Amino acid sequence: MKQGYKEKRMVLTVIYHVFTLLFALVMIYPVVWMILGSFKDSNEIFQQAQKLLPDSFKLTNYEVGWQGFAGYSFGIFFKNSFIIAGLSTIGAVISSAIVAYGFARCEFKFKGFWFACMLLAMMLPFQMIMIPQYIVFNKIGWVGSYLPIIVPQFFGQGFFIFLNVQFIKGIPIDLDEAARMDGCSIYSIFPRIILPLIKPSLVTSAIFSFMWRWDDFMSALIYLSDPYTYPVSYALKMFSDPTAGSDWGAMFAMATLSLIPIFFIFLTMQKYLVEGIASTGIKG
Amino acid sequence: MKNTTNPPKRKKTLAQAMNTQKVAGYVFTLPFIIGFLAFLALPMILSFGFSFTKYSILESPEFIGLDNYITMFTGDSKFWKVFGVTLYYVIFSVPLRLIMALIVALLLVKSSKLSGFYRAVFYLPSIIGSSVAVAILWKRMFASDGVINALLQTVGINCEIAWLGRESTAIWTLIILAVWQFGSSMLIFLSGLKQIPVSLYEAATVDGATGIQRFFKITLPMLTPTIFFNLINQLINGFMAFTQSYIITQGKPRDSTLFYTVYMYQNSFTYNKMGYGCAMAWFMVLVVGILTLILFKSQKYWVYYESEG
Repeated sequence: MKQGYKEKRMVLTVIYHVFTLLFALVMIYPVVWMILGSFKDSNEIFQQAQKLLPDSFKLTNYEVGWQGFAGYSFGIFFKNSFIIAGLSTIGAVISSAIVAYGFARCEFKFKGFWFACMLLAMMLPFQMIMIPQYIVFNKIGWVGSYLPIIVPQFFGQGFFIFLNVQFIKGIPIDLDEAARMDGCSIYSIFPRIILPLIKPSLVTSAIFSFMWRWDDFMSALIYLSDPYTYPVSYALKMFSDPTAGSDWGAMFAMATLSLIPIFFIFLTMQKYLVEGIASTGIKG
Repeated sequence: MKNTTNPPKRKKTLAQAMNTQKVAGYVFTLPFIIGFLAFLALPMILSFGFSFTKYSILESPEFIGLDNYITMFTGDSKFWKVFGVTLYYVIFSVPLRLIMALIVALLLVKSSKLSGFYRAVFYLPSIIGSSVAVAILWKRMFASDGVINALLQTVGINCEIAWLGRESTAIWTLIILAVWQFGSSMLIFLSGLKQIPVSLYEAATVDGATGIQRFFKITLPMLTPTIFFNLINQLINGFMAFTQSYIITQGKPRDSTLFYTVYMYQNSFTYNKMGYGCAMAWFMVLVVGILTLILFKSQKYWVYYESEG
């Protein structure tokens, strides 16, 4: 009897893994297909679409694709993306931590109101404010530069403020009080006591900020017009337009390259991503 | 300073005053307050004003009263078309994505040596899914000579469907893309599932409850707060979908995949009708706001919070 039960369990475990594994493979199939496709000849991608492995691994697509369009190589677009995503992330992480400290540790007038505003800013999607924002930035002559994309990041981002507030609230208030006894002002408690303790939420904010800014395509679409300033996301879109020719191999190669920073973060920082999502319900 | 002659309690130096929570609170939150007013409140108020004007970015706005709204609701047949398309997309993609997320979360809650690997694989699509790279990939996959048709052929289904060229299938390629990105909802479900006390299941098993009974009597009710949270998030996301429609289908064929946000973008930036675009944005804020409110109000009928029970 006991033996039969054990066997049944074994069979169930095997079925579970076979099923889950198959399902997982179906899920990542498109991505794998694209990555392997980037090493194939363009007509191989069409004519034997069902085939996963290329006949031979060729780097031609990467060489062709890297040349970009309109005389600008993808090297420039990658540099732009790193500038935009890098500066935005620095701004968003620092400002959000500072603002979060105010919300988490200080009692001040209308705090409830401002906190509600913060939640509103968190919920209100960019698509709803992009037109009026554009009008304002156009008035002050920022359109065409990175300023409308980067500067707002320096004023705290709802999700990251929220994440940091949650995290700071988990730090015992005794630490602050002890520091105040020792003569620390509110302003020095933040860098000396709090900041070193909220590293995990800072890292989580940084990762999400970088990924979102890296992927961001809409703000480039709206604010940038000179190909020299395009980030990779927008350059890819232009690259894939029929007018620029339809070299699918080169397109796959550049699409794959554009995902490498994201893959890298995903592989090295997965713990932070998973915890960040689980604790705040941040969207991925 | 005049203050020095006043009673002692007002004799605080500036440094002392700065060091109170009242002041420090504002000092620390000031970046947000400024940003909120400058980049959100001001533009929103302006856009409300602009929604009553005819405004191309080149000329100054001209007041036309409710004309934009009247055109929107009565004169512009494309407006209702894109609203319908977006609604269709939301109605199918949001529940399907959540059901998928829940099923996979239930599958992964059982821990094994491969749990971490599975979780990573199922989560990956939602990390990269909204990128331009994946949009390009999707376009290629569903082309008539793409991998989907090729794969169908290898299993014996001979079809040359141009998935993106037919009104009935084009929108579904976008819905499938949305469902594919169920990863982050799945992670939220997973953490919700792990918070359900094991003792509940043990007690139910002792009482002879079957697996299905345990799911419907314990798991699902205990998970309703998580479902509620996911639903609100995904609903807003769904209405805001842009990149997919803009890059993969460009609204084709015959506007059957033209999303609200894309049409709003076209009006504002391609046709230079900023006033009309603002009116469209405000209408969407209203729609999403009301839906969110209804969902919040509906909580008491279906969302189970432990403290109440």
